[in-house]
Amino acid sequence: MTMGFLNWLLLFIPRAIMQGTPLLFGATGEIITEKTGNLNLGIPGIMYVGAISGMTGAFFYENSVVAVNPVLGILIPLVSCLAGSLFASLIYCFLTVTLRANQNVTGLALTTFGVGLGNFLGGSLIKISGSAVPYFSVSDVSRLFRAKLPFASSLGQIGNLFFSYGFLVYLAVIIAVVASVVLKRTRVGLQLRAVGENPATADAAGINVTKYKYFATCIGGMIAGLGGLYFTVDYSGGIWSNDGFGDRGWLALAIVIFSVWRPALSIFGSYLFGGLLVLYNRINVPMQMIPVVQMLPYIVTVIVLVSISAMKKKENLPPASLGLSYFREDR
Amino acid sequence: MSKQPNNSTAREREPLVVLSKRDTVPLGRAILVRAAAIAIAVIICGLLTLLVTKNNPVKVFAAFFYGTFGTSQLAWVTIHNVALLLCVSLAVTPAFRMRFWNIGAEGQALAGCFTCAALMFYLGGKIPDALLVPVLVISSIAAGAVWGLIPAVFKAVWNTNETLFTLMMNYIAIQMVEFFLKVADKSGSNTVGPDLLSHGWFPELFGNKYLLNIIIVFVLTALIYVYLYYTKHGYEISVVGESENTARYIGINVKNVIIRTMILSGAICGLCGLLLVAGSSHSIDSNLVKGRGFTAIMVSWISKFNPIIMVPVSLLIVFLERGAGQVTVSFGLNSSFSEILTGIILFFIIGCEFFLNYRLRFRSREGKKEGK
Repeated sequence: MTMGFLNWLLLFIPRAIMQGTPLLFGATGEIITEKTGNLNLGIPGIMYVGAISGMTGAFFYENSVVAVNPVLGILIPLVSCLAGSLFASLIYCFLTVTLRANQNVTGLALTTFGVGLGNFLGGSLIKISGSAVPYFSVSDVSRLFRAKLPFASSLGQIGNLFFSYGFLVYLAVIIAVVASVVLKRTRVGLQLRAVGENPATADAAGINVTKYKYFATCIGGMIAGLGGLYFTVDYSGGIWSNDGFGDRGWLALAIVIFSVWRPALSIFGSYLFGGLLVLYNRINVPMQMIPVVQMLPYIVTVIVLVSISAMKKKENLPPASLGLSYFREDR
Repeated sequence: MSKQPNNSTAREREPLVVLSKRDTVPLGRAILVRAAAIAIAVIICGLLTLLVTKNNPVKVFAAFFYGTFGTSQLAWVTIHNVALLLCVSLAVTPAFRMRFWNIGAEGQALAGCFTCAALMFYLGGKIPDALLVPVLVISSIAAGAVWGLIPAVFKAVWNTNETLFTLMMNYIAIQMVEFFLKVADKSGSNTVGPDLLSHGWFPELFGNKYLLNIIIVFVLTALIYVYLYYTKHGYEISVVGESENTARYIGINVKNVIIRTMILSGAICGLCGLLLVAGSSHSIDSNLVKGRGFTAIMVSWISKFNPIIMVPVSLLIVFLERGAGQVTVSFGLNSSFSEILTGIILFFIIGCEFFLNYRLRFRSREGKKEGK
């Protein structure tokens, strides 16, 4: 019985990690963004833009050469993904920081735009590829992104548990850890948090509020975009289908709350939520209970949100200026 | 309000553009700036459409109008869609006016849909329709209200972040509907259709199945307008929105106002759910609200939370949606194109508010010269 469970766990955890990785990218990116007081509800859209930009780069590269060069095969999708997500983040920054527009409205408009752009370009590429099925694929590039460490298979179950993933999975963890250290331990992180807590005070202390908001939001957006890239080129095996990414962007926003704005905790949160996404495949639940299982992440998030507000511990609360635009002369 | 830079000492370090907040904007200017923004956005959208369709722009434009008003059937669907979007926009508005960012309208409307469909499914045929319809009306509206009440209570008591809370409630509602679909229809389909929800339909007025919904929403628009601008409740909402401290100082019970207003907000969403299920589609799936809960936020905000302005704004958004839908059919594009166009137009409308709220003064050699 216990051996059976252990084996089940060893099969389940890698699935949870793979499901959790896009969420981890999204959550880390959004935490960095929110720490400067920008509530970017455009993250789901940005992840779509990141995904389709990467896939577009991969698609045209793969179709223009006979044999895919391993370096270019990684670099081209990666750079196009980052460029696409940077572009989307800049729209958000320009509107909310420079033009001081309402963050909720801008974010939601960006999500409409981003999902639309993703599905439109995706649909167009499906048409170009002449595919009879509603998807297109970039299998050679995908193989590069899915390449495992060479010694993974020789290590048995340990290898399967720790070393059986494409490099983006490790990158997600590294980024989360680095973000955690930078936010907590460095001067840049301190100033960044100061901007999110009280921009007027930060401004008075000589911190360039606009610069921090722009940088954090753009870097955060690019990290989130990588989540979209991972989902398409690695998790889905290089296959794009419209709306395939689903609601993962919103789930990433939930993880931000669940991990109380701590990137290191979001690693755990993402894998947990990723696990909940696929749990119904792995346990014997009656079909009608599947939605109940999928409801769990959101219920847990609500409980966390309520408890942190009830306990009122300063370090757990959302950044104080979250969602508000900053104008120096507002008093 | 605006700080005058000290010209004699800080001339060299004066920034290129100095911003200051405007107090009021003359109506003419407000209309002009918005019209200009929409015009630029439409031109960009037009160029983009040209680029991808490579077709005569007049033809493309004609397709837009055809898709929206081409036949009387299409026109009715358009007006009905305007009414539904308007209904959700009206719902979020009272909350927004008190700066309560209710982005959970999608879930509140779905809660109404769910309750309505569940009652149609379980009570349909067991009690007379004349009794079922009032039961549906009351319970759907109550369900929406409860869905809005939950985050409001926590906001009032513990100041729980309402944006994030209401957002999460959307996805709980979606899964709740999914649960109902699986329970009600054992075949595992993604929708429960009119064959299973065959009782409790709203009557058709003059043989038109959309008319009743449309009338209800337009009456509601007038009511909400009066509520917000001419009642004590409406005034209290505005005061709480301006400053909670002021509200408290003049003796308004802020907690009560928050809870009361969110019940209203949720209830109208619930009504929209009712109109969707019992009033038009007679079916339910988890995408029945079709993102209107999110679109409504933008409609309400663009309209400056004014119910009357929301009518043309809703029409604009629905026009874009349905027009672009027609373009995609006529020219073999993919249907997501309309979302791109909507996004671009929204960006411009959102961005142009800046030029209404702030005065820009550019640095000039002479010193005081007022810029745009």
